Amino acid sequence: MAKRVDASNVTAYYGAFKAIENINLTVEPKTVTALIGPSGCGKSTFLRSINRMHEVLPGARVEGDLTIDGQNIYDRDVDVTAVRRMIGMVFQRPNPFPTMSIYENVVAGLRLNGVRKKSILDEAAENSLRSANLWDEVKGRLGKPGAGLSGGQQQRLCIARTIAVEPQVVLMDEPCSALDPISTLAIEDLMFQLKDKFTIIIVTHNMQQAARVSDRTAFFSIEKTGDPGRLIEYDNTQKIFSNPSHKKTEDYITGRFG
Amino acid sequence: MSTTVANHPTRPPAQPATLRARRLPKYAPPVIAAAAVAVAAAVVYGTSIGGPVLVVAVAALLYLAGLFAAANAVEGRRSARNRTWSALIHSAFVLAVLPLASVVWTLVSKGVERLDGNFFGTSMNNIGARDANGGAYHAIVGTLEQVGIAALITVPLGILCAIYVVEYGRGRFAFAIRFFVDVMTGIPSIVSGLFVLAFWVLVVSPVFNDGRPGFSGFAAALALSVLMLPTVVRSTEEMLRLVPAPLREGAYALGVPKWKTILRVVLPTALPGIVTGVMLAIARAAGETAPVLLVAGGGAAINLNPFENNQSSLSLFVYQQAGDASKYAPARAWTAALTLVTLVLILTIAAKLLARRNRLGR
Repeated sequence: MAKRVDASNVTAYYGAFKAIENINLTVEPKTVTALIGPSGCGKSTFLRSINRMHEVLPGARVEGDLTIDGQNIYDRDVDVTAVRRMIGMVFQRPNPFPTMSIYENVVAGLRLNGVRKKSILDEAAENSLRSANLWDEVKGRLGKPGAGLSGGQQQRLCIARTIAVEPQVVLMDEPCSALDPISTLAIEDLMFQLKDKFTIIIVTHNMQQAARVSDRTAFFSIEKTGDPGRLIEYDNTQKIFSNPSHKKTEDYITGRFG
Repeated sequence: MSTTVANHPTRPPAQPATLRARRLPKYAPPVIAAAAVAVAAAVVYGTSIGGPVLVVAVAALLYLAGLFAAANAVEGRRSARNRTWSALIHSAFVLAVLPLASVVWTLVSKGVERLDGNFFGTSMNNIGARDANGGAYHAIVGTLEQVGIAALITVPLGILCAIYVVEYGRGRFAFAIRFFVDVMTGIPSIVSGLFVLAFWVLVVSPVFNDGRPGFSGFAAALALSVLMLPTVVRSTEEMLRLVPAPLREGAYALGVPKWKTILRVVLPTALPGIVTGVMLAIARAAGETAPVLLVAGGGAAINLNPFENNQSSLSLFVYQQAGDASKYAPARAWTAALTLVTLVLILTIAAKLLARRNRLGR
């Protein structure tokens, strides 16, 4: 299920502005990798370029090679929707579809991709909601609107929706920044469980969170405003947080900068 | 809290000693209002310079002044301003609703006279100036068919156009479309009627009509479409832009193709707003007289076929009956106007209910 993500010389632009430059990084299957760094350093841009979500914005483009188990997703003959089905994404703010019920939200990915059979959808809905630790809270009201849940529940609903299409890699863009500590804990626990099946890459501003959940950590930074973001250091999380090789990394994680 | 204020070097503490303040008694505003009306009535009728309208206007001004003075004396300046502005805002609301209520009242009171089966069951065929009966059946049919056809043309076209502009259009072409839609919004209805007269009735339709100009309900529908299209496009466009980008990205991230995202996520989310915009366009089109007058040809008989021969419409019927010399015509005009307003109202309510049914209950 899980796949290796390999970035080499990835550079991304917003129009003429170069947001990240020459990112080289390999993410092993069934690991959690955290991307940390100050605001505006390109972590989210890099994350969004992994499932070709970056190019959704007008004028945005990506250069370089990004391979998933050896397949370059930026090849000309690659189908973008197939890439995104393989690489799911959870966003900063929970974004359940407002016109759909809880059940419809979870199976939206399957249904909108042509799965009609009710038994398959029912099974996928229950499995994903169980995996997202949400089943017990919503099993009695699957027909109610997804937007009626609390923020933390909505985010877990979005995670359930993402894993329902059985992606190989799950990208998370600050998934807990809009949530309270209890919901955050629930989602961190969830990441531990999901690691068995998926490759997870998470952007976070919370360094304790990076230290708690990730196996490997990548530190991004910029020289000054307007410069492209670069990968400064990428290593085992323990090493980054105890004995970083770079002065900048140390400054950032000890709170002296950023 | 008080310490931070007190420590501020330049400004002395202005904290009130107590949180309580004197308030005007509850009965004060109505008493002031009653006094204002009494004084106004005494002044206006005493000097006999005006009627009830002037009494109300003077009373309103007196009430505002009296309320401000009373509140100022008892509660202080800030509260007096608050009360005066609240009263002004409420009066503005009443002023805005007054004409509407007056229109509804006039329509109902004058329209009820001919609100009978005969009106809805017959046409004006063979009705002379001395006949008291005669109805608007042909006009109702005409309005429904013309507006229906116009809606069939404009709703898909307008929504597709808005989707193009919002979701796909880039650069100059999309900009040009938006610009011309804006220009079209300002087209006077008579111009759209003239356009269809010149283009369809006099040039295109004679080809199918043995060389004779084809005045028809369909021509009226075309003219109404020209008027409805920009409204539908603009309102749909605004509603689509209101759909948050993260919803689209959420669907993309599930591997859903763009067209399906638009169809199954974006459009349903924007649907209630789109329905409102379409209903506004339909309401406007149903009330248009000028284009219908020019291209539908009017006519007193029932004609169920919108593609051939003259057809009437309710607004045209109102126009014709209001200008008719028969003493029975004005009553028919009022009832037709009432029918038209009711028709639009029913359509609007039905559409709102439909849009709500598609949304989930909270």
